[in-house]
Parts: sequence; C-alpha cells; structure tokens
Amino acid sequence: MERADYERLRWRCIRRALLELDITLTRFLDDGFDKLTEEEKKVFVELADMEDHELWYWLSGKTECDDPRFAPVVAAIRKS
Amino acid sequence: MSIPVLKFDAVIVGAGGAGLRSAIQLSEAGLKTAVLSKVFPTRSHTVAAQGGVAASLGNSEEDHWTWHMYDTVKGSDWLGDQDAIEFMCKKANEVVVELEHYGMPFDRTDNGKIYQRPFGGHMSNFGEKPVRRSCAAADRTGHAMLHAMYQRNVKANTQFFVEWMALDLIRDEEGHVLGVTAMEMETGQVVIFHARATIFATGGAGRIFYSSTNAFINTGDGLGMAARAGIPLEDMEFWQFHPTGVAGAGVLITEGVRGEGGILRNSSKERFMERYAPNAKDLASRDVVSRAMATEIKEGRGCGVNKDYVLLDITHLDPATIMKRLPGIHEIGLQFAGVDCLKEPLPVVPTCHYQMGGIPTHYSGRVVMPQNGDMNAVVPGFYAGGECACASVHGANRLGTNSLLDLLVFGKSAGDSAVEDLKAGKAHRDLPKDAADKSLARIAAIDNRKGGANVHETRLAMQRTMQDHAGVFRFGDMLKQGVEKILEVEKAARQLEIKDKSQAWNTARTEALEMENLIEVAKATMISAEARKESRGAHVRDDAPDTAEFPNGRNDKEWLKHTLFSPVDNSISYKPVNMQPLTVEPVALKTRSY
Ligand SMILES: Cc1cc2nc3c(=O)[nH]c(=O)nc-3n(C[C@H](O)[C@H](O)[C@H](O)COP(=O)(O)OP(=O)(O)OC[C@H]3O[C@@H](n4cnc5c(N)ncnc54)[C@H](O)[C@@H]3O)c2cc1C
Repeated sequence: MERADYERLRWRCIRRALLELDITLTRFLDDGFDKLTEEEKKVFVELADMEDHELWYWLSGKTECDDPRFAPVVAAIRKS
Repeated sequence: MSIPVLKFDAVIVGAGGAGLRSAIQLSEAGLKTAVLSKVFPTRSHTVAAQGGVAASLGNSEEDHWTWHMYDTVKGSDWLGDQDAIEFMCKKANEVVVELEHYGMPFDRTDNGKIYQRPFGGHMSNFGEKPVRRSCAAADRTGHAMLHAMYQRNVKANTQFFVEWMALDLIRDEEGHVLGVTAMEMETGQVVIFHARATIFATGGAGRIFYSSTNAFINTGDGLGMAARAGIPLEDMEFWQFHPTGVAGAGVLITEGVRGEGGILRNSSKERFMERYAPNAKDLASRDVVSRAMATEIKEGRGCGVNKDYVLLDITHLDPATIMKRLPGIHEIGLQFAGVDCLKEPLPVVPTCHYQMGGIPTHYSGRVVMPQNGDMNAVVPGFYAGGECACASVHGANRLGTNSLLDLLVFGKSAGDSAVEDLKAGKAHRDLPKDAADKSLARIAAIDNRKGGANVHETRLAMQRTMQDHAGVFRFGDMLKQGVEKILEVEKAARQLEIKDKSQAWNTARTEALEMENLIEVAKATMISAEARKESRGAHVRDDAPDTAEFPNGRNDKEWLKHTLFSPVDNSISYKPVNMQPLTVEPVALKTRSY
C-alpha cells in the first residue's frame, strides 16, 4: 500500500465518531493489519468507510457479519 | 509566501450537530457558506449521542418550558445564565419539530406523536417528579440527527471541506474576526478562508483527561484557536464525569451494572462504599460514588501498577443474569480491559464526559469578551455554538439530553445572528498581510524541530496530570501542584517534534497541531479549577465541604460568578451570572439537592 493511502486510512481509523472504534481500529492498525493479504487490506479499507454504528455492531459481535467477503477481516479485528 | 485565499460569506468550523445546524440557516438564506471538518460530517462525535434531546413537547404527559428551565438552572447549580436558559428551553419545541421536518426518524407514540422518555434531572412542576422529556431515535439519536441535517445542507448548497483542519483564527488589529487558516490533509496545503462571518462548532475537548468517554477527535481545536487569538475561555473548571469508565480506555460502563448488584472494591478487595454510604453503598448517587472512588485512589488504595483505578466486581452474579440484563458488558470487558468479567473484576475509574465551559457567547451565538469595561462586548464577525461554546446554559453541570438541545438552539441562533449581521451589509474587511504567518510558523517549527518533545508522550503527561490533579474530586494541594505541572507540560507542548516530514496525509503533524490545542484547554482548566475555592456542580473540592453555612460547599456570596481565563497571561477574571430571565421571574437561589 502506498504511504499516502495508508496514512489516509490511518486517519479514518484514529478519528471515528465512536470511541470504541478509535481504540479497536487503532489497535488493529498497529498490530494485525500488516498480516492481512493485499486483498484483505482492500476489504479493511471498505470496512473503515462504513457507518460507525454498523461497523461497531459487527466488531463487538452484537450483530453477526454474514457477508463472506467481510467476515474473515471482521474476525481478525475481533481477535486482535 | 503567497497562500491561496478562498472567499466565503461565512465559514463554519465543525460539521457536527452545531455546525450543520448553523449552516442550514446561512445557506438557506442564500449566503455562500463553507463548512470545514476534520472528518466526514456524519462521523462527527454527535453520532455517539444515544440518550436523546430534551424538549417539553408534552406528548406523553403534561410538560412546560418553565419546568424545563427550572431543572436546567438547578442542574447548573445556579451558574447558568437565566436569559440563555430561558431562550433555550423556550426554543426547544421549535427546533425539535424542525428536525422532524428535516426527516429525523424520531420514535413515535401509537398516535404518531414523538415518543418521549424520562431522563435524569428532568422533572415536572418545578422539581416535583420525573417527566418524560427526552426525544430519541432508537439508540441512534445523534446519528439520525446528523444525517437529516447533512441532507438538508446538501440541498441548500453548503460547500463542505472534508478532512480539512482549521489551524488559526484570523483577527485584524481592531479585533474583527476575518476567517481562519486551514490545512487540507490530503495535500498539506495551507489556505486562508476569508469570511464575513466565522462560526466555531468544533465540539468538546475531553481528551485532555487520561480517562475520557470522548472519541479521539475531541481535542478542543476551537478553544485552542480562540485562545491563541487572545479570546478568554469561560468556566473551564467545570467538567462532567461519569463514575465508571473502563480504566485506560474510557469506554462507559452503564450504571445498570451497580443496579444489578455490582460491587466496587479497592486494592485490598474491600467494599469501600460501605464506609462512604453505609445505607445505599454501591447504589449511592453518581457524585457520591465518584468522590469515594477518587478518594480511594488519592489515598493509595487504587489498583494496578500506578494505583490509579478501582475494581467493579460482578463475579458473584449469575452469569446468565449478566448476559441477559447487561448485554454488552462482557464484550466491553474483553475488548477494552482484557478481562472476562464473569471471572474477574473490571478496572474502572471516574471518566470525563462533557465540557460545560468554552468560548464565551451571548445566547444569540455571538462571541463576547471583556473590552473597554464591557464584560460582554461582541467580538465582531465571530460566533460559536455547541460543546465548544459557553452560552452559558449548563453552568456548573449539564443535564443529560440538554447538550443536543444546546447545539440545535445555539447552532441555529449563531446562524441567524450571522445572517442578520451579514444582511446589514458589511463587506469583507481586508486581510492583514500576515494573516497566515502564525499558522505557517507553527507548522514549520513542528516540521523542522530537532531534539523536541514526542507528541504521544506529551499528551500522556498532560492527560495524567489532568486526571490526577483536576479529576472528579479535587484537593487544594493537588490543584496547586497541578498548575505547576501543567505549565511544565506546556513547555514540552510548545516544543513538539515529529519524524514524518511528508506533505500529504501527515497524521503525525495533524496530531501535533491538535496537541497544541489540547494544552490550551488543559491549562485553562487547571488554573480555573485551582482558583475557584468553593464546590459547585461538577467542581467539587475536598477543602470546600458541605457545611451549614455553605451547603454542598457552595458559596454564593463569593463565587456566584463566571470564570474567565485569559490565555494571554494565564490570568483569571470573573463576570456576573445573569440571574434575570427574558420574560419570567428568576429561579431563586436554593441548595441543590435531588
Ligand atoms: C458517549 C456520549 C454520549 C452522549 N449522549 C448524549 C445524549 O444522549 N444527549 C445529549 O444531549 N448529549 C449527549 N452527549 C453530548 C453531545 O453528544 C455532545 O455535546 C454534542 O454532540 C457535541 O456536538 P457539537 O456539534 O458541538 O460537536 P461534534 O459533534 O463533536 O462536532 C465537532 C465538529 O468539529 C469538527 N472539528 C473540530 N476541530 C476542527 C478543526 N480544527 N478543523 C476542522 N473541523 C474541526 C469535527 O470534525 C466535527 O465535525 C454525549 C456525549 C458522549 C461522548
């Protein structure tokens, strides 16, 4: 990933509407993101663009992520 | 160096509830309006608000704005200005119904009216019994509000500058505000927004504390910019705390946990609430619980390496009950404390939630400051609304659901006042030649400095200092030391260094610039808190206890006045509280008890 693309993504992870996501996504960027495949990284960028409440429901397990494309990355974030 | 200049009638900094509400007024009046935001509008922190917005619609039972006004004055511990409070409570129905027309999906009663719930501190008939006054949209009130207002703005042609950070207020020699400098994050380019009206709606600054429920974005940029432009900050000693946030993370743990039987314990596992509130114990009021927790920590009975939190124990409760009655708590423990709360207690600490003080404004949304003997002289061209502003309706403590109301009412009135002033026809005043110099110099200093202070470490030092010395329960000696310590941290904050020198998307630089704002807020808070030698609302001092002469430690004879912190020389002055409502009788001083 290009530096500027990564830094844009970083900003969109460390400045969320919900504190829960600030913490969870910052932690994942620092420890976990690098281990994703290039394809999964693209999925993560899409996840980071989601509305905060929807994303938090997935990441907290309140609702199950049933989209097969997103599910593995959601699971990776939940484990980090 | 020549800097691009963009000319607008109005520039609004902030696209949360307050900023979007102001923008509607300006754009719909046909004025060319720019809104700047560090993030996409619907990612502003207003999204986090779930509880609702207060309005005495009386849909579920009888209610009246004068009752709401009474509750708000009482909640403010009589520090709120009664003209502004009347203005807000009276306008509540109008702004809520407007929101409904913008498409806000409020919860409904069976007969189609906006459904209303009770919320702490909101009462009927001048404090008699709880009343249903809060209007909500499921658990997405703030989110739904922003969506509705954002759509309305798109229709009205408001121009959004997303992922732009405003850097400094531009004022000319006569003190008129002429816009802001701002940086586009994608390019690192600095631009001047030259405007006839400048509105700040930058939200809170809760990140000055180590434990905060506020998202990372709440860095008090508007307060920092105002302070650097010589504008004083009002009542900064007043911050509302929540008793139980996850230590280190700040994520809220609902008070329902204690309701279900959760027990607070110190480092020796003692159930310490038995000493502070022998009857109510862990179910004592928020204030009592917070104070007890702070005292345990101060006296060295906190837990962990730094002895800076206590434990909330629910391991004795039936796991099935926990999972059923307290959904989410197990997950919060796992994700934010690394603790399985069914087996181990949760680390908790009183956590900063809301900033009552801010940029001093009149209820018309115009920013005011002492000038030529007038304590409330208007700063021409400058307006503010929402959490960054101090109207002051929340005084020494805010009632829940009154802040969403604040941002609607004062966002709107700031917009209306700007429209009124602009229609009166003033042209753009000339920009001073050095309009962008200060911002450019700040950026250059951060970019070029060698051997300076690390941003992360400086922020942590500030947050620890604020938490330890100006937390939920305050001690005279700790405040005194706190002032010295925060001035030390300030020195570091003026010498920040970053490693990344890139222009595009330099998040390290953005965070350094935010740090320069945070420190202004932290300093104002510490110095204002040290100076106020009474207890009032959320400012509670150990050395101003509850006595017969001074119930709750409040001393109206000496301290019924607003603090003004001057960033120019770190000095404090005071101005009277406005006890005169606009049309009704004043709410007379009384001891605040619930
Ligand atoms: C968890 C939580 C729950 C809450 N629940 C409730 C509730 O139920 N009811 C209630 O009444 N209140 C509640 N509050 C309080 C309320 O949500 C806030 O006070 C309110 O949303 C603040 O709105 P605002 O428009 O002032 O600021 P925000 O919504 O915080 O918006 C600030 C805007 O300013 C922008 N900005 C800041 N600095 C800059 C800069 N330098 N350059 C460009 N843009 C900038 C940001 O990008 C953002 O768009 C809650 C608060 C929290 C933390």
